[in-house]
Amino acid sequence: MTDTLTLPLHAVAHGRAGDKGNRSNISVVAYVPDAFAHLCEQVTEQKVLDLFRHKGATNVTRYVLPNLNALNFVIDDALEGGVNSALTQDLHGKTLSFLLLGEIEVTVPASCVPAGSRYLAD
Amino acid sequence: MTTQTVYIGSGAGFAGDRIDAGLPVVETLARRDGPRYLIFEVMGERTLAIAQRIKMRNPELGYSPYLEPYLRGVLKPAKDAGVRIVANLGNANPLGGARKTLEIAKELGIEGLRVAVVLGDDLLGFMTAEDVAGLPTIEGVTIQGKEIVAANAYLGARPVAEALTLGTDVVLVGRTTDAALVLGPLIHEFGWTEDDWDRLAAGTLAGHLLECGGQVTGGYFCDPGFKDVPGMDELGFPIGEIGADGSLVITKAENTGGLVTKATVTEQILYEMHDPAAYLTPDVALDVTGVTLADDGKDRVRVLGAKGHPPPEMLKVTVSADGGWLGEAELTYAGPNALARANLAADIVRKRLASRGVTDPVRVEIVGAGAAFDNDASDRQRGTNMPLDGEYRLRAAVRTDDKATAQYVNDEVLSLFCSGPAGGGGYRCSITGQVNTASVLVPRGPVEAQAKAEEVTA
Repeated sequence: MTDTLTLPLHAVAHGRAGDKGNRSNISVVAYVPDAFAHLCEQVTEQKVLDLFRHKGATNVTRYVLPNLNALNFVIDDALEGGVNSALTQDLHGKTLSFLLLGEIEVTVPASCVPAGSRYLAD
Repeated sequence: MTTQTVYIGSGAGFAGDRIDAGLPVVETLARRDGPRYLIFEVMGERTLAIAQRIKMRNPELGYSPYLEPYLRGVLKPAKDAGVRIVANLGNANPLGGARKTLEIAKELGIEGLRVAVVLGDDLLGFMTAEDVAGLPTIEGVTIQGKEIVAANAYLGARPVAEALTLGTDVVLVGRTTDAALVLGPLIHEFGWTEDDWDRLAAGTLAGHLLECGGQVTGGYFCDPGFKDVPGMDELGFPIGEIGADGSLVITKAENTGGLVTKATVTEQILYEMHDPAAYLTPDVALDVTGVTLADDGKDRVRVLGAKGHPPPEMLKVTVSADGGWLGEAELTYAGPNALARANLAADIVRKRLASRGVTDPVRVEIVGAGAAFDNDASDRQRGTNMPLDGEYRLRAAVRTDDKATAQYVNDEVLSLFCSGPAGGGGYRCSITGQVNTASVLVPRGPVEAQAKAEEVTA
Protein backbone atom coordinates (compact mmCIF):
# COMPACT_ATOMS: atom_id res chain seq x y z
CA MET A 1 0.00 0.00 0.00
CA THR A 2 1.21 3.46 -0.88
CA ASP A 3 0.71 6.00 1.85
CA THR A 4 -1.74 8.72 0.89
CA LEU A 5 -1.65 12.12 2.55
CA THR A 6 -4.11 14.98 2.71
CA LEU A 7 -2.14 18.20 2.53
CA PRO A 8 -2.41 21.81 1.45
CA LEU A 9 -1.81 22.21 -2.28
CA HIS A 10 1.37 24.07 -1.29
CA ALA A 11 2.95 20.70 -0.45
CA VAL A 12 2.70 19.41 -4.01
CA ALA A 13 2.51 22.46 -6.28
CA HIS A 14 3.83 25.96 -6.76
CA GLY A 15 2.24 28.87 -8.56
CA ARG A 16 2.23 32.53 -9.46
CA ALA A 17 -0.49 35.17 -9.58
CA GLY A 18 -0.89 37.84 -12.23
CA ASP A 19 -3.56 40.46 -12.88
CA LYS A 20 -5.29 42.16 -15.76
CA GLY A 21 -7.95 44.61 -14.66
CA ASN A 22 -10.27 42.86 -12.23
CA ARG A 23 -9.23 39.40 -13.38
CA SER A 24 -6.60 37.29 -11.65
CA ASN A 25 -4.77 34.35 -13.14
CA ILE A 26 -3.01 31.86 -10.93
CA SER A 27 -0.83 29.03 -12.20
CA VAL A 28 -0.57 25.77 -10.29
CA VAL A 29 2.46 23.67 -11.22
CA ALA A 30 3.17 20.18 -9.86
CA TYR A 31 6.60 19.72 -8.30
CA VAL A 32 6.53 16.00 -9.12
CA PRO A 33 5.08 15.01 -12.51
CA ASP A 34 3.10 12.14 -10.94
CA ALA A 35 1.14 14.67 -8.91
CA PHE A 36 -0.29 16.35 -11.98
CA ALA A 37 -3.12 13.87 -12.58
CA HIS A 38 -4.22 14.29 -8.96
CA LEU A 39 -4.25 18.07 -9.37
CA CYS A 40 -6.37 17.77 -12.51
CA GLU A 41 -8.83 15.60 -10.66
CA GLN A 42 -9.00 17.50 -7.39
CA VAL A 43 -8.28 21.19 -8.03
CA THR A 44 -11.49 22.08 -9.78
CA GLU A 45 -12.95 25.31 -11.10
CA GLN A 46 -15.70 25.04 -8.50
CA LYS A 47 -13.26 24.78 -5.56
CA VAL A 48 -11.33 27.80 -6.77
CA LEU A 49 -14.51 29.80 -7.35
CA ASP A 50 -15.74 28.98 -3.83
CA LEU A 51 -12.39 30.13 -2.41
CA PHE A 52 -12.51 33.52 -4.14
CA ARG A 53 -16.25 34.25 -3.97
CA HIS A 54 -15.90 36.52 -0.91
CA LYS A 55 -13.64 38.74 -3.05
CA GLY A 56 -16.36 38.99 -5.68
CA ALA A 57 -15.27 36.24 -8.07
CA THR A 58 -17.98 35.38 -10.58
CA ASN A 59 -16.40 32.73 -12.80
CA VAL A 60 -13.34 30.49 -12.99
CA THR A 61 -11.90 28.98 -16.15
CA ARG A 62 -9.26 26.28 -15.78
CA TYR A 63 -6.77 25.63 -18.57
CA VAL A 64 -4.79 22.37 -18.52
CA LEU A 65 -1.19 22.29 -19.76
CA PRO A 66 0.00 18.68 -19.54
CA ASN A 67 3.39 19.44 -21.15
CA LEU A 68 4.18 21.78 -18.29
CA ASN A 69 2.43 19.77 -15.52
CA ALA A 70 0.52 22.98 -14.96
CA LEU A 71 -2.99 24.33 -14.55
CA ASN A 72 -3.88 27.94 -15.24
CA PHE A 73 -6.86 29.37 -13.36
CA VAL A 74 -8.44 32.54 -14.71
CA ILE A 75 -10.65 34.04 -12.01
CA ASP A 76 -13.05 36.75 -13.16
CA ASP A 77 -13.80 39.68 -10.81
CA ALA A 78 -11.43 38.31 -8.15
CA LEU A 79 -9.60 41.54 -7.36
CA GLU A 80 -12.31 43.70 -5.73
CA GLY A 81 -12.06 46.01 -8.72
CA GLY A 82 -8.31 45.71 -9.11
CA VAL A 83 -6.07 48.75 -9.30
CA ASN A 84 -9.03 50.92 -10.35
CA SER A 85 -11.07 50.55 -7.20
CA ALA A 86 -9.85 47.97 -4.67
CA LEU A 87 -9.17 49.08 -1.10
CA THR A 88 -7.03 46.10 -0.15
CA GLN A 89 -3.28 46.61 0.28
CA ASP A 90 -2.50 44.22 -2.56
CA LEU A 91 -4.26 45.88 -5.48
CA HIS A 92 -2.75 43.47 -8.02
CA GLY A 93 -3.54 40.31 -6.07
CA LYS A 94 0.11 39.29 -6.06
CA THR A 95 -0.34 37.42 -2.76
CA LEU A 96 -3.32 35.38 -3.92
CA SER A 97 -1.40 32.40 -5.31
CA PHE A 98 -0.69 31.55 -1.68
CA LEU A 99 -4.37 31.78 -0.74
CA LEU A 100 -5.01 29.09 -3.32
CA LEU A 101 -1.96 26.99 -2.38
CA GLY A 102 -2.73 27.26 1.33
CA GLU A 103 -6.48 26.72 1.43
CA ILE A 104 -7.13 24.03 -1.15
CA GLU A 105 -6.30 20.53 0.10
CA VAL A 106 -5.39 17.52 -2.00
CA THR A 107 -5.10 13.85 -1.19
CA VAL A 108 -2.09 12.32 -2.91
CA PRO A 109 0.38 9.45 -2.57
CA ALA A 110 3.38 10.47 -0.46
CA SER A 111 5.53 10.06 -3.58
CA CYS A 112 3.85 13.21 -5.01
CA VAL A 113 5.45 15.36 -2.31
CA PRO A 114 9.07 16.40 -3.04
CA ALA A 115 11.64 14.54 -0.97
CA GLY A 116 12.72 16.49 2.09
CA SER A 117 9.54 18.60 2.21
CA ARG A 118 8.61 19.75 5.69
CA TYR A 119 5.10 18.45 5.01
CA LEU A 120 6.55 14.92 5.11
CA ALA A 121 8.27 15.59 8.42
CA ASP A 122 5.05 16.75 10.12
CA MET B 1 27.22 35.61 -43.15
CA THR B 2 23.75 34.80 -41.95
CA THR B 3 22.90 35.48 -38.36
CA GLN B 4 22.84 32.32 -36.24
CA THR B 5 21.88 33.52 -32.77
CA VAL B 6 20.55 36.79 -31.38
CA TYR B 7 21.17 37.52 -27.70
CA ILE B 8 18.63 39.68 -25.88
CA GLY B 9 19.01 40.54 -22.21
CA SER B 10 16.72 42.38 -19.80
CA GLY B 11 17.83 45.31 -17.65
CA ALA B 12 14.48 46.00 -15.96
CA GLY B 13 11.06 44.38 -15.75
CA PHE B 14 9.16 47.27 -14.21
CA ALA B 15 9.68 50.89 -13.21
CA GLY B 16 11.27 50.38 -9.84
CA ASP B 17 13.39 47.37 -10.72
CA ARG B 18 16.98 47.27 -9.49
CA ILE B 19 18.96 50.10 -11.04
CA ASP B 20 22.15 48.04 -11.35
CA ALA B 21 20.73 44.76 -12.68
CA GLY B 22 21.46 45.64 -16.31
CA LEU B 23 25.23 45.96 -15.97
CA PRO B 24 26.05 42.23 -15.47
CA VAL B 25 23.76 41.54 -18.43
CA VAL B 26 25.73 43.94 -20.64
CA GLU B 27 29.03 42.48 -19.35
CA THR B 28 27.82 38.99 -20.27
CA LEU B 29 26.57 40.12 -23.69
CA ALA B 30 29.96 41.78 -24.30
CA ARG B 31 31.49 38.28 -24.22
CA ARG B 32 29.13 36.97 -26.95
CA ASP B 33 29.39 37.36 -30.71
CA GLY B 34 26.59 38.40 -33.01
CA PRO B 35 23.68 40.77 -32.61
CA ARG B 36 23.05 41.65 -28.96
CA TYR B 37 20.34 43.74 -27.33
CA LEU B 38 19.38 45.00 -23.88
CA ILE B 39 15.75 45.80 -23.17
CA PHE B 40 14.13 47.84 -20.40
CA GLU B 41 10.40 47.30 -19.81
CA VAL B 42 9.11 49.95 -17.42
CA MET B 43 5.47 50.61 -18.32
CA GLY B 44 2.36 49.57 -16.43
CA GLU B 45 -1.20 50.44 -17.33
CA ARG B 46 -1.08 53.69 -15.35
CA THR B 47 2.34 54.85 -16.48
CA LEU B 48 1.17 56.92 -19.44
CA ALA B 49 -1.44 58.86 -17.50
CA ILE B 50 1.14 59.83 -14.90
CA ALA B 51 3.68 60.68 -17.61
CA GLN B 52 1.11 62.78 -19.53
CA ARG B 53 0.44 64.85 -16.42
CA ILE B 54 4.17 65.46 -15.99
CA LYS B 55 4.45 66.41 -19.68
CA MET B 56 1.56 68.87 -19.32
CA ARG B 57 3.54 70.73 -16.66
CA ASN B 58 6.80 70.57 -18.63
CA PRO B 59 6.63 69.63 -22.34
CA GLU B 60 10.24 68.42 -22.35
CA LEU B 61 9.45 65.78 -19.65
CA GLY B 62 7.01 62.88 -19.69
CA TYR B 63 9.61 60.26 -20.53
CA SER B 64 10.24 57.70 -17.80
CA PRO B 65 11.73 59.12 -14.60
CA TYR B 66 13.81 55.92 -14.66
CA LEU B 67 15.38 56.73 -18.05
CA GLU B 68 18.31 58.55 -16.55
CA PRO B 69 19.21 56.09 -13.75
CA TYR B 70 18.83 53.01 -15.94
CA LEU B 71 20.67 54.36 -18.99
CA ARG B 72 23.42 56.09 -17.03
CA GLY B 73 24.54 52.69 -15.69
CA VAL B 74 24.81 50.88 -19.04
CA LEU B 75 25.08 53.39 -21.86
CA LYS B 76 28.87 53.43 -22.12
CA PRO B 77 29.59 49.71 -21.70
CA ALA B 78 26.72 48.88 -24.07
CA LYS B 79 27.98 51.29 -26.72
CA ASP B 80 31.56 49.98 -26.31
CA ALA B 81 30.42 46.37 -26.73
CA GLY B 82 27.96 47.06 -29.55
CA VAL B 83 24.94 46.08 -27.45
CA ARG B 84 21.89 47.96 -28.74
CA ILE B 85 19.25 49.16 -26.27
CA VAL B 86 15.50 48.89 -26.89
CA ALA B 87 13.35 50.34 -24.13
CA ASN B 88 9.91 51.75 -23.47
CA LEU B 89 11.55 54.47 -21.36
CA GLY B 90 10.00 56.97 -23.78
CA ASN B 91 6.63 56.75 -21.99
CA ALA B 92 4.55 59.77 -23.06
CA ASN B 93 7.49 61.61 -24.63
CA PRO B 94 9.97 59.43 -26.55
CA LEU B 95 11.34 62.54 -28.30
CA GLY B 96 12.14 64.24 -24.99
CA GLY B 97 13.59 60.97 -23.73
CA ALA B 98 15.82 60.74 -26.80
CA ARG B 99 17.13 64.27 -26.27
CA LYS B 100 17.82 63.44 -22.60
CA THR B 101 19.66 60.27 -23.67
CA LEU B 102 21.89 62.28 -26.01
CA GLU B 103 22.57 64.71 -23.18
CA ILE B 104 23.57 61.86 -20.84
CA ALA B 105 25.84 60.40 -23.55
CA LYS B 106 27.56 63.77 -23.92
CA GLU B 107 28.05 64.03 -20.17
CA LEU B 108 29.53 60.53 -20.06
CA GLY B 109 31.85 61.34 -22.95
CA ILE B 110 30.29 58.76 -25.29
CA GLU B 111 31.15 59.62 -28.87
CA GLY B 112 28.60 59.35 -31.66
CA LEU B 113 25.71 57.73 -29.77
CA ARG B 114 22.61 57.59 -31.98
CA VAL B 115 19.02 57.39 -30.74
CA ALA B 116 15.74 56.62 -32.53
CA VAL B 117 12.15 56.75 -31.35
CA VAL B 118 8.88 55.05 -32.25
CA LEU B 119 5.91 57.40 -32.41
CA GLY B 120 2.21 56.99 -33.07
CA ASP B 121 0.80 55.11 -30.09
CA ASP B 122 -0.94 58.24 -28.74
CA LEU B 123 -4.51 58.15 -30.06
CA LEU B 124 -5.15 61.71 -28.90
CA GLY B 125 -2.59 62.76 -31.51
CA PHE B 126 -5.09 62.03 -34.26
CA MET B 127 -8.46 61.27 -32.63
CA THR B 128 -10.72 63.45 -30.52
CA ALA B 129 -11.41 62.54 -26.90
CA GLU B 130 -15.08 62.03 -27.85
CA ASP B 131 -14.14 59.49 -30.50
CA VAL B 132 -11.88 57.67 -28.04
CA ALA B 133 -14.67 57.63 -25.42
CA GLY B 134 -16.92 55.99 -28.00
CA LEU B 135 -14.64 52.99 -28.60
CA PRO B 136 -15.91 49.64 -27.28
CA THR B 137 -14.71 48.89 -23.72
CA ILE B 138 -13.50 45.36 -22.94
CA GLU B 139 -12.28 45.89 -19.39
CA GLY B 140 -12.11 48.44 -16.61
CA VAL B 141 -14.08 51.53 -15.64
CA THR B 142 -16.53 53.44 -17.81
CA ILE B 143 -14.75 56.33 -19.46
CA GLN B 144 -17.81 58.18 -20.76
CA GLY B 145 -18.20 61.55 -19.10
CA LYS B 146 -14.70 61.58 -17.62
CA GLU B 147 -11.81 63.69 -18.78
CA ILE B 148 -9.38 61.45 -20.63
CA VAL B 149 -5.79 61.91 -19.50
CA ALA B 150 -4.18 59.43 -21.90
CA ALA B 151 -5.22 56.99 -24.62
CA ASN B 152 -2.50 54.84 -26.14
CA ALA B 153 -2.67 51.86 -28.45
CA TYR B 154 -0.39 48.89 -27.97
CA LEU B 155 1.77 48.92 -31.09
CA GLY B 156 3.39 45.70 -32.22
CA ALA B 157 6.97 44.81 -33.12
CA ARG B 158 7.02 46.13 -36.72
CA PRO B 159 7.68 49.79 -35.85
CA VAL B 160 10.40 48.68 -33.41
CA ALA B 161 12.06 46.67 -36.20
CA GLU B 162 11.71 49.69 -38.50
CA ALA B 163 13.47 51.88 -35.93
CA LEU B 164 16.34 49.39 -35.77
CA THR B 165 16.89 49.66 -39.53
CA LEU B 166 17.94 53.27 -38.87
CA GLY B 167 21.07 51.83 -37.28
CA THR B 168 20.86 53.66 -33.99
CA ASP B 169 22.36 52.48 -30.69
CA VAL B 170 19.20 53.14 -28.70
CA VAL B 171 15.51 52.85 -29.60
CA LEU B 172 13.00 54.48 -27.25
CA VAL B 173 9.32 53.68 -27.56
CA GLY B 174 6.17 54.68 -25.73
CA ARG B 175 3.33 52.17 -25.72
CA THR B 176 4.06 48.95 -27.54
CA THR B 177 3.42 45.44 -26.33
CA ASP B 178 6.12 44.45 -23.87
CA ALA B 179 7.03 41.50 -26.10
CA ALA B 180 7.63 43.89 -29.04
CA LEU B 181 10.83 45.04 -27.34
CA VAL B 182 12.18 41.54 -28.06
CA LEU B 183 10.26 40.56 -31.19
CA GLY B 184 11.24 43.84 -32.90
CA PRO B 185 14.98 43.05 -32.81
CA LEU B 186 14.29 39.47 -33.96
CA ILE B 187 12.24 40.62 -36.94
CA HIS B 188 15.01 43.09 -37.74
CA GLU B 189 17.79 40.49 -37.53
CA PHE B 190 16.04 37.50 -39.11
CA GLY B 191 13.65 39.21 -41.51
CA TRP B 192 10.69 37.15 -40.30
CA THR B 193 7.70 37.88 -42.51
CA GLU B 194 4.29 39.06 -41.33
CA ASP B 195 2.70 35.64 -41.73
CA ASP B 196 5.55 33.53 -40.33
CA TRP B 197 3.25 32.75 -37.42
CA ASP B 198 5.28 30.11 -35.59
CA ARG B 199 8.50 32.15 -35.60
CA LEU B 200 6.63 35.31 -34.59
CA ALA B 201 5.08 33.22 -31.81
CA ALA B 202 8.50 31.99 -30.66
CA GLY B 203 9.79 35.57 -30.61
CA THR B 204 6.72 36.73 -28.72
CA LEU B 205 7.19 33.96 -26.16
CA ALA B 206 10.83 35.01 -25.81
CA GLY B 207 9.60 38.54 -25.15
CA HIS B 208 6.98 37.34 -22.67
CA LEU B 209 9.67 35.42 -20.76
CA LEU B 210 12.21 38.27 -20.74
CA GLU B 211 9.99 41.29 -20.23
CA CYS B 212 9.63 40.88 -16.46
CA GLY B 213 13.36 40.73 -15.81
CA GLY B 214 14.19 38.71 -12.70
CA GLN B 215 10.80 37.01 -12.60
CA VAL B 216 12.20 34.26 -14.84
CA THR B 217 15.47 33.92 -12.89
CA GLY B 218 14.12 33.28 -9.40
CA GLY B 219 12.47 36.58 -8.49
CA TYR B 220 8.77 36.44 -7.49
CA PHE B 221 9.50 32.69 -7.26
CA CYS B 222 11.64 31.84 -4.23
CA ASP B 223 9.76 30.09 -1.40
CA PRO B 224 12.41 29.09 1.14
CA GLY B 225 12.49 25.38 1.84
CA PHE B 226 10.29 24.71 -1.19
CA LYS B 227 11.73 26.72 -4.08
CA ASP B 228 15.14 27.91 -2.95
CA VAL B 229 17.01 30.50 -4.99
CA PRO B 230 20.68 31.30 -4.35
CA GLY B 231 22.04 34.83 -4.26
CA MET B 232 18.81 36.81 -4.53
CA ASP B 233 20.65 39.91 -3.31
CA GLU B 234 22.55 39.82 -6.62
CA LEU B 235 19.76 38.32 -8.74
CA GLY B 236 20.96 37.80 -12.31
CA PHE B 237 18.67 39.15 -15.00
CA PRO B 238 17.74 36.98 -17.97
CA ILE B 239 19.22 36.60 -21.41
CA GLY B 240 17.42 34.91 -24.29
CA GLU B 241 19.34 33.18 -27.06
CA ILE B 242 17.14 33.03 -30.12
CA GLY B 243 17.85 31.29 -33.42
CA ALA B 244 16.60 32.14 -36.90
CA ASP B 245 14.31 29.09 -36.74
CA GLY B 246 12.68 30.40 -33.55
CA SER B 247 14.68 28.17 -31.22
CA LEU B 248 14.94 29.70 -27.76
CA VAL B 249 17.13 29.23 -24.71
CA ILE B 250 16.55 31.23 -21.54
CA THR B 251 19.66 31.80 -19.43
CA LYS B 252 20.98 34.66 -17.28
CA ALA B 253 23.86 37.04 -16.68
CA GLU B 254 27.12 35.44 -15.58
CA ASN B 255 28.57 35.89 -12.08
CA THR B 256 25.18 36.67 -10.54
CA GLY B 257 22.68 35.01 -8.23
CA GLY B 258 19.33 33.57 -9.13
CA LEU B 259 18.63 30.53 -11.28
CA VAL B 260 16.91 29.43 -14.46
CA THR B 261 15.05 26.12 -14.22
CA LYS B 262 12.06 24.54 -15.87
CA ALA B 263 10.06 25.64 -12.81
CA THR B 264 11.04 29.33 -13.08
CA VAL B 265 10.28 29.31 -16.80
CA THR B 266 6.95 27.53 -16.36
CA GLU B 267 5.74 30.10 -13.84
CA GLN B 268 6.70 32.96 -16.12
CA ILE B 269 5.12 31.38 -19.22
CA LEU B 270 1.77 31.45 -17.43
CA TYR B 271 2.27 34.85 -15.77
CA GLU B 272 -0.57 37.19 -16.75
CA MET B 273 -1.69 34.68 -19.35
CA HIS B 274 -5.35 33.88 -19.75
CA ASP B 275 -6.18 31.43 -22.55
CA PRO B 276 -2.83 29.69 -23.19
CA ALA B 277 -3.97 28.90 -26.74
CA ALA B 278 -4.54 32.56 -27.57
CA TYR B 279 -2.19 35.11 -26.02
CA LEU B 280 -3.12 38.02 -28.24
CA THR B 281 -0.68 40.62 -29.56
CA PRO B 282 -0.82 42.85 -32.65
CA ASP B 283 1.83 40.61 -34.26
CA VAL B 284 0.53 37.12 -33.61
CA ALA B 285 -1.81 35.08 -31.45
CA LEU B 286 0.58 32.96 -29.38
CA ASP B 287 -0.37 29.39 -28.46
CA VAL B 288 1.76 27.88 -25.66
CA THR B 289 -0.30 24.72 -25.18
CA GLY B 290 2.28 22.68 -27.09
CA VAL B 291 5.32 24.24 -25.43
CA THR B 292 7.82 21.87 -23.82
CA LEU B 293 10.90 22.69 -21.75
CA ALA B 294 14.25 20.92 -21.68
CA ASP B 295 17.27 21.40 -19.43
CA ASP B 296 20.22 22.65 -21.46
CA GLY B 297 22.92 22.89 -18.79
CA LYS B 298 23.20 24.94 -15.63
CA ASP B 299 20.84 27.92 -15.68
CA ARG B 300 19.84 27.14 -19.26
CA VAL B 301 16.36 26.04 -20.31
CA ARG B 302 15.37 25.34 -23.90
CA VAL B 303 11.82 26.40 -24.81
CA LEU B 304 10.25 24.51 -27.72
CA GLY B 305 6.96 24.32 -29.52
CA ALA B 306 5.40 27.81 -29.56
CA LYS B 307 2.69 28.01 -32.21
CA GLY B 308 1.30 31.12 -33.84
CA HIS B 309 -1.97 32.14 -35.45
CA PRO B 310 -3.09 35.37 -37.14
CA PRO B 311 -3.55 38.29 -34.71
CA PRO B 312 -6.83 40.10 -34.00
CA GLU B 313 -8.09 42.84 -36.32
CA MET B 314 -8.34 45.33 -33.47
CA LEU B 315 -5.63 46.85 -31.28
CA LYS B 316 -5.93 47.17 -27.53
CA VAL B 317 -5.87 50.70 -26.16
CA THR B 318 -5.46 51.75 -22.54
CA VAL B 319 -7.54 54.82 -21.77
CA SER B 320 -6.86 56.66 -18.52
CA ALA B 321 -8.94 59.11 -16.52
CA ASP B 322 -8.61 60.76 -13.14
CA GLY B 323 -9.33 58.28 -10.34
CA GLY B 324 -9.66 60.54 -7.31
CA TRP B 325 -7.70 59.85 -4.12
CA LEU B 326 -6.65 56.84 -2.09
CA GLY B 327 -6.15 57.59 1.60
CA GLU B 328 -4.43 54.99 3.78
CA ALA B 329 -3.46 55.07 7.47
CA GLU B 330 -2.00 52.43 9.77
CA LEU B 331 -1.33 51.94 13.50
CA THR B 332 0.33 48.97 15.26
CA TYR B 333 -0.74 47.08 18.40
CA ALA B 334 1.73 44.56 19.85
CA GLY B 335 2.13 42.13 22.72
CA PRO B 336 -0.49 40.68 25.10
CA ASN B 337 -4.09 41.09 23.90
CA ALA B 338 -2.94 43.02 20.82
CA LEU B 339 -5.66 41.59 18.56
CA ALA B 340 -8.42 42.65 20.94
CA ARG B 341 -7.01 46.17 21.06
CA ALA B 342 -6.62 46.31 17.27
CA ASN B 343 -10.18 45.05 16.76
CA LEU B 344 -11.52 47.67 19.16
CA ALA B 345 -9.56 50.34 17.28
CA ALA B 346 -11.11 49.14 14.03
CA ASP B 347 -14.62 49.27 15.51
CA ILE B 348 -14.02 52.81 16.78
CA VAL B 349 -12.88 53.99 13.35
CA ARG B 350 -15.79 52.31 11.57
CA LYS B 351 -18.34 53.85 13.96
CA ARG B 352 -16.88 57.33 13.73
CA LEU B 353 -16.66 57.30 9.93
CA ALA B 354 -20.29 56.14 9.72
CA SER B 355 -21.59 58.64 12.27
CA ARG B 356 -19.61 61.50 10.71
CA GLY B 357 -21.14 60.85 7.30
CA VAL B 358 -18.30 59.34 5.28
CA THR B 359 -20.11 57.59 2.44
CA ASP B 360 -17.14 56.83 0.16
CA PRO B 361 -15.95 53.20 0.07
CA VAL B 362 -13.90 52.51 3.21
CA ARG B 363 -12.01 49.44 4.37
CA VAL B 364 -10.90 49.02 7.97
CA GLU B 365 -8.91 45.86 8.62
CA ILE B 366 -6.25 44.22 10.76
CA VAL B 367 -2.99 43.45 8.98
CA GLY B 368 -1.58 40.27 10.48
CA ALA B 369 -5.03 38.75 10.94
CA GLY B 370 -5.47 37.69 7.31
CA ALA B 371 -6.19 41.06 5.69
CA ALA B 372 -4.55 40.35 2.34
CA PHE B 373 -6.82 37.37 1.66
CA ASP B 374 -9.94 39.10 3.03
CA ASN B 375 -12.56 41.45 1.60
CA ASP B 376 -13.72 44.94 2.61
CA ALA B 377 -16.11 43.47 5.19
CA SER B 378 -13.35 41.29 6.77
CA ASP B 379 -15.62 38.25 6.32
CA ARG B 380 -12.76 35.74 6.43
CA GLN B 381 -11.19 37.09 9.62
CA ARG B 382 -14.43 36.50 11.51
CA GLY B 383 -14.12 32.79 10.76
CA THR B 384 -10.56 32.45 12.01
CA ASN B 385 -9.03 32.06 15.45
CA MET B 386 -6.00 34.29 15.36
CA PRO B 387 -3.98 34.47 18.59
CA LEU B 388 -4.91 37.42 20.80
CA ASP B 389 -1.25 38.00 21.65
CA GLY B 390 1.05 39.06 18.86
CA GLU B 391 1.58 42.02 16.58
CA TYR B 392 -1.24 43.46 14.52
CA ARG B 393 -1.58 46.59 12.44
CA LEU B 394 -4.83 48.49 12.04
CA ARG B 395 -5.27 49.78 8.50
CA ALA B 396 -7.94 52.11 7.14
CA ALA B 397 -8.29 52.89 3.45
CA VAL B 398 -10.70 55.11 1.52
CA ARG B 399 -11.24 56.00 -2.12
CA THR B 400 -12.80 59.38 -2.69
CA ASP B 401 -12.98 62.24 -5.17
CA ASP B 402 -12.59 64.64 -2.23
CA LYS B 403 -9.06 64.90 -0.90
CA ALA B 404 -10.35 66.34 2.40
CA THR B 405 -12.30 63.12 3.02
CA ALA B 406 -9.11 61.10 2.57
CA GLN B 407 -7.40 63.38 5.07
CA TYR B 408 -10.33 63.01 7.48
CA VAL B 409 -10.19 59.19 7.39
CA ASN B 410 -6.46 59.26 8.04
CA ASP B 411 -6.95 61.71 10.90
CA GLU B 412 -9.45 59.35 12.55
CA VAL B 413 -6.72 56.72 12.73
CA LEU B 414 -4.22 59.29 14.01
CA SER B 415 -6.61 60.34 16.79
CA LEU B 416 -6.43 56.80 18.21
CA PHE B 417 -3.06 57.75 19.67
CA CYS B 418 -4.76 59.57 22.56
CA SER B 419 -8.39 58.49 22.26
CA GLY B 420 -8.09 54.83 21.29
CA PRO B 421 -7.03 51.55 22.94
CA ALA B 422 -3.79 51.24 24.90
CA GLY B 423 -0.41 50.94 23.25
CA GLY B 424 -1.12 52.02 19.66
CA GLY B 425 2.05 53.20 17.92
CA GLY B 426 3.82 53.57 14.60
CA TYR B 427 1.26 55.73 12.76
CA ARG B 428 1.92 56.14 9.04
CA CYS B 429 -0.38 57.59 6.41
CA SER B 430 -0.50 58.56 2.76
CA ILE B 431 -2.87 60.22 0.31
CA THR B 432 -2.12 59.40 -3.30
CA GLY B 433 -3.74 60.56 -6.54
CA GLN B 434 -5.25 57.69 -8.50
CA VAL B 435 -5.66 56.88 -12.18
CA ASN B 436 -8.55 54.84 -13.55
CA THR B 437 -8.07 52.84 -16.72
CA ALA B 438 -10.17 51.03 -19.26
CA SER B 439 -9.13 48.81 -22.12
CA VAL B 440 -10.85 49.61 -25.40
CA LEU B 441 -10.42 48.36 -28.95
CA VAL B 442 -9.53 50.38 -32.03
CA PRO B 443 -9.24 49.26 -35.68
CA ARG B 444 -5.56 48.69 -36.41
CA GLY B 445 -5.36 50.29 -39.86
CA PRO B 446 -5.55 53.99 -38.95
CA VAL B 447 -3.28 53.55 -35.91
CA GLU B 448 -0.62 51.62 -37.77
CA ALA B 449 -0.68 54.22 -40.53
CA GLN B 450 0.39 56.77 -37.91
CA ALA B 451 3.15 54.67 -36.37
CA LYS B 452 6.61 55.71 -37.46
CA ALA B 453 10.26 55.52 -36.46
CA GLU B 454 12.72 58.36 -36.69
CA GLU B 455 16.19 59.26 -35.51
CA VAL B 456 16.50 62.15 -33.06
CA THR B 457 19.48 64.47 -33.10
CA ALA B 458 20.50 67.01 -30.51
